[in-house]
Amino acid sequence: MSVSTVTKEQFKSFVTALIGSDQRVVGVQAKDDKFVFGDLNNADDLRLDYDVTILPPKKYVLPQKETLLNFQVGGDSQSVQEADKMVLLGVHPYDMVAINQMDKLFSQGEYDTHYMNRRRNVTIIACDVVTPSENVFAASMNTATCDKGFDILLTDIGDSYVVEAATDKGEDLLKMMDGVRKAAAADLDKRKAVQEKNRTVLDKHKLECKPSFLPKLLEKAYEHSVWEEKARLCYSCGSCNQVCPTCYCFDVQDEVEWDLKSGCRYRAWDGCLLQNFATVAGDHNFRKKREDRFRHRLYRKGKYVPGKIDGEIACVGCGRCITACTAKIANPVEIYNTLMETTEIS
Amino acid sequence: MCECCNGKKDIYLPEMCTITKRRMLNGTELYMHLEKDSGEDYDYIPGQFVEVSVAGIGEAPISISSSPTQKGLELVVRNVGSLTKSIHKMEVGDKLGIRGPYGSTYPIESAKGKDLVFICGGIGLVPQRSFIRYAMDHRQDYGNITVLIGTKCHDMRLFREEIALWEERKDMVVMETIDEAHECWNGNVGVVTTLIPKIESDLPKSQVLVCGPPIMYKFVLMALEEANVPQENIFVNLERRMKCGVGKCGHCQINELYVCQDGPVFRYSDLANVPEAI
Repeated sequence: MSVSTVTKEQFKSFVTALIGSDQRVVGVQAKDDKFVFGDLNNADDLRLDYDVTILPPKKYVLPQKETLLNFQVGGDSQSVQEADKMVLLGVHPYDMVAINQMDKLFSQGEYDTHYMNRRRNVTIIACDVVTPSENVFAASMNTATCDKGFDILLTDIGDSYVVEAATDKGEDLLKMMDGVRKAAAADLDKRKAVQEKNRTVLDKHKLECKPSFLPKLLEKAYEHSVWEEKARLCYSCGSCNQVCPTCYCFDVQDEVEWDLKSGCRYRAWDGCLLQNFATVAGDHNFRKKREDRFRHRLYRKGKYVPGKIDGEIACVGCGRCITACTAKIANPVEIYNTLMETTEIS
Repeated sequence: MCECCNGKKDIYLPEMCTITKRRMLNGTELYMHLEKDSGEDYDYIPGQFVEVSVAGIGEAPISISSSPTQKGLELVVRNVGSLTKSIHKMEVGDKLGIRGPYGSTYPIESAKGKDLVFICGGIGLVPQRSFIRYAMDHRQDYGNITVLIGTKCHDMRLFREEIALWEERKDMVVMETIDEAHECWNGNVGVVTTLIPKIESDLPKSQVLVCGPPIMYKFVLMALEEANVPQENIFVNLERRMKCGVGKCGHCQINELYVCQDGPVFRYSDLANVPEAI
């Protein structure tokens, strides 16, 4: 809707004003030698130059634990729609793509009011990547840059940001910024250069094919030996599920208060790598073998979920699973490239 | 519904229903008849399931056993865990939460004019009963009806009085078998596949509906293949672990299919490239 430029100093003043306003402000901050999304209390703590966060920002649209209903034990239930109004500062393009995918998945078919309500209340200020992380491969997945879903996109062009306001909410925030001027042609050129560079450098692991090829590859690779070879070392710890921006499987449980009279039904993150993900009452496990569970996650990312979202691949190349995996077997690029070497595709 | 949700309902919120009838069918299976507290009737198609909720314990997916031609909802619940244990303690007048109906349906329309063969193993009879009763209530719409029922042992047989009534009817054939011989039993002994050769209607031209424990499918499908039944004429009713029932939580997946949305009733030919299915 509008593209402007603002100096970094002026942006910092804006963040200070935002923190002082009535909204919750969440931004990327340092935590020891890593980065995390957390409540921002001081504009000095904001680190838009970060490489990658430990957990993706999905925790703000799909929390680790979220109350769905309150109830009287053995009785009636009431819907609980928890939805903090907040500004989420510093979402990288690959994480924005993941949130856009979840928006589609939670609104299509049966409309999930808990997710969508929460999503509607989050204002996203995305930012182009400044520092590539150790394992990022977003360029291979076409997610090094993103052109939709955010309310504002910031691009660091040295001493200023180019600020693109893409929605009414974005324009409203822009009004809170002092010193905003219309972006000059030179600023736009610098932004273009940053984004083009990211499409090259965010590629620490190179996928040997176009991502759109993956569903076809996986159709032929079900019995490949790589699944069993990798899964031999798999702890089924679920770290890959936990840090993944496109993983959204959840468990639903009831919790009762100490008075044994009231309680709530909540959902919490779950992971398909965990041993009992597919176990039913009576103890039959429909995905008992680790290699079956290991394969399932890669198939979800490369074939099953794309089938629900117009072919878009559900791996955004953030590299978090590669870093987090206890056994160092989670690298999707390594696996997909291995499959390509020995799988015949017509 | 609330303003913040764009007028859309909460898909996780159960509707309260009251138990109007209950009786044990055998040592572990409880039959219940439910009616909605709102007074509305249920709107479902045979093959679908509901999520049964007990606030404070949780939810479980249970197949609908009644036909939509009847008032209310009939469910059969096996006592296997904390939720089903609590349901077994309930009496007439007690309340449960119900969400649904969910899932795919038996081919009640496309099967019209054709012979139906139901192959039921153990509690697989429960969901099949929904379509059996529907077909009986729309008898002129379907060809020959054959029902094969296999149960592990004599004590575990379900709906004994009802099956006896079915056996008396001239417009359907019912054959029962139990895996292990019993002194009270004069009928067939052996697994349900032993009844398949006794089917008199034209099996390859029939719509064959199969439901039973995981182990049963392998052998029944082999027997149907030997009898030259085309895969597109076979329907299987599969279960997996379920949580949300609405295609979001991921637990019930069979490769790319969701049992709560693409199933629980699947046409067998659609599962040809789904290795996790059977």
